[in-house]
Amino acid sequence: MTEINTPPEPPEAKTIEIPEKARTLPSGEREFMLDVSTSDLEVNMGPQHPATHGVMRILIRTDGEVVTGGQVHLGYLHRCAEKIGENVEWLQYLPYTDRYDYLSAMNNNLGYSLAVEAVMGVEIPRRATLLRTICAELNRIGSHLIAFGTYGLDIGAFTPFFYCFREREWMMALFEKICGARLTYSYIRIGGVFNDAPVGWLKEVERFCDVFEEKWQEYYDLLVVNHIFVQRTAKIGVITPEMAVDYGLTGPMLRGSGIDFDLRRDMPYMAYDEISKAGVYDVPLGRGEKGELGDCWDRVYVRVQEMMESIKIIRWCLGCIEDGPVIGDIPKVLKVPPGEAYVGIENPRGELGHYVASDGGKVAKRCRVRGPSFCNVAVLEKLLPGTFLADSVAIIGSTDVVIGETDR
Amino acid sequence: MNLMALEAATTGNAFTELLGGIAPEGTPTWALWLGAAGAGVGILVAFVSLVAMFSVWLERKVSAHIQCRYGPMYAGGWHGWAQTLADGVKLLLKEDMIPLGADKPLFMLAPALVLGAIFGALVALPLAPGFFFADVNMGLFLILAFSSLTTIGVVMAGWASNSKWSLYGAMREAAQVVAYEVPLGVSLFVPLMVAGTFSLTEASAAQSGWFGMHWFIFQNPFMLPAFIIFFIAALAETKRAPFDLPEAESELVAGFMTEYSGIRWSFFFMEEYAAMFLMSAVGAVFFFGGYHSPLTALFPEEATTGLLYQLVCAGTLIFKSFVGVFVMMWLRWTLPRLRIDQVMSMGYKYLTPLALVCVLGAAIWETIFA
Repeated sequence: MTEINTPPEPPEAKTIEIPEKARTLPSGEREFMLDVSTSDLEVNMGPQHPATHGVMRILIRTDGEVVTGGQVHLGYLHRCAEKIGENVEWLQYLPYTDRYDYLSAMNNNLGYSLAVEAVMGVEIPRRATLLRTICAELNRIGSHLIAFGTYGLDIGAFTPFFYCFREREWMMALFEKICGARLTYSYIRIGGVFNDAPVGWLKEVERFCDVFEEKWQEYYDLLVVNHIFVQRTAKIGVITPEMAVDYGLTGPMLRGSGIDFDLRRDMPYMAYDEISKAGVYDVPLGRGEKGELGDCWDRVYVRVQEMMESIKIIRWCLGCIEDGPVIGDIPKVLKVPPGEAYVGIENPRGELGHYVASDGGKVAKRCRVRGPSFCNVAVLEKLLPGTFLADSVAIIGSTDVVIGETDR
Repeated sequence: MNLMALEAATTGNAFTELLGGIAPEGTPTWALWLGAAGAGVGILVAFVSLVAMFSVWLERKVSAHIQCRYGPMYAGGWHGWAQTLADGVKLLLKEDMIPLGADKPLFMLAPALVLGAIFGALVALPLAPGFFFADVNMGLFLILAFSSLTTIGVVMAGWASNSKWSLYGAMREAAQVVAYEVPLGVSLFVPLMVAGTFSLTEASAAQSGWFGMHWFIFQNPFMLPAFIIFFIAALAETKRAPFDLPEAESELVAGFMTEYSGIRWSFFFMEEYAAMFLMSAVGAVFFFGGYHSPLTALFPEEATTGLLYQLVCAGTLIFKSFVGVFVMMWLRWTLPRLRIDQVMSMGYKYLTPLALVCVLGAAIWETIFA
């Protein structure tokens, strides 16, 4: 019994082998006085640190301003989301999905609903599908606005953050009108959506699209092509295409490295097949325009461009939406027939996969989430050595992790 | 400071004359001097506090309006004018915290040193012809020396805090100030050559012609590049964005101020705004005519000793300084932050050589045309 209660021996502290690369600057200069004996400084960046976007802890080893190693520690926000999924009823789990990636709750609802629907094999009404698409894309814009705005904060530009919040506020007001919540929506349900859009809502979404297109140019001119911003982000944190594939990166992280992979087009779900075939939107890719392929600027650029692509998708959906039912024939107490399914969707941060297995009961037998932030954050340990302390902040910001989802 | 120096420093000072007028007959001269010095210090402290308070309020309003917000709106009624006052009271009443393991004496000394240095620097600033705390004939030297002293306070604070983030901030501050003192000083050689004096009083007085527009900046083609270099270096010197690396909040939490709280923290804060004002005022004196403007030129020769003229002069200089402060705020809320190596290379590789070129060009120009 005592063995269970006593904590296990802490593992041997992993010494980080300092690569030769870390001792040299990115420009290739060796500028350390090697005859002066200095010791590296170990700093805890986080869990309380403004640049870690939550409660991520990164143990950073530095030699002066140069980072020679970094270890990411996760788990400060662990809430047993997956285990809860195996203990509550199918529908009851939906609000929990809101809470892992709280910046893109619509997409989380969507992923889970699609997975359960895949097991059930239900038909989704057309209007519900289009409403889902509109909400998911609006939410993608909101999520990218946060990613972009806080990235500005990381680099030291305060003002774009407030501009981003101004538009996000409108987006949240739209969601408030359709489902009553501003952050944790639970709007997309198994079988469809919770309720129909209120009168005039679709018109307002159209107005939002018009205004957003103007504002988007503002962000672009103010920050994306700002000289200091480009200097700070280009050639920093370069992820080569091979590395991106090896680390299993998805979403803007992958596309920033120039790999043309978008689940919406390549493994289509809902109406995305139709949308992709109609050529409504393009998949923006990093091209190494300002520096090297796969640097921080490319990732930011991909996110900023994706906002405009989302606007195009929303406009297409608004163009062909018709009246009709918004939820399929789903019983109040849901019993899912035995079976299992994995559905991956294109979350703003990458592939959000839900694997659900049912044994025919009211509760899932297994509920497993493949979170994009969790997979994307792994690349940090590779990227951090050899950068400046300020660059490490830029790199962490460019991965755009949401700690609620890495820890779940 | 011995009495001779005190006499030299306070002769011609408005306070000495004022006190001499109201003091009873037979008051020893040293008492007058001491009284004048005391009154000067009191007024200086009040002045710096007011400037810092107004600047903090201004910064909050400027940043708010740049960011589509309102900023403080309630405290005091009109556009939250009393917000800084309320914040000051709050900061005064906060718990006095010194982290465990901090170097206590240094930790307590650092904010005092930083703020004291900026008071010292402002002594040499003439607000109007007869409105100064001390007419130091090496005034610019005094100001630069005192404003470098704040760096020592910052490094002290960073080291004494016993926090790694603070240490980083201190290291950055030291590196940055060493890199930017040089262009700052060298770029000021250009107006010094035109003015022919280190005294801010004399430099201001020398720009009175052309209906109050005989500013140094119009007198030499190398003045404008010198001013731009001066302004950039002053931004780095006062730790303002895009050179706010010592306190870079997204990287170093709050840099050297991480462990400070309460009134000690507000000392650093006040120093920052006082330093912004000081640097803008030095720029105004050596480039933009000091207290001269078309408005002050309206006064006839015989009215220039009157109080109204002095007040208009002081108002002019304060207005010019706040224009500089406003530009600094505008830059801060617009630009991202530079990286330390970019800051260093900008200081050493570009600004210093450019400043030297300006000095050379200005010297040639002065030799040929002046």
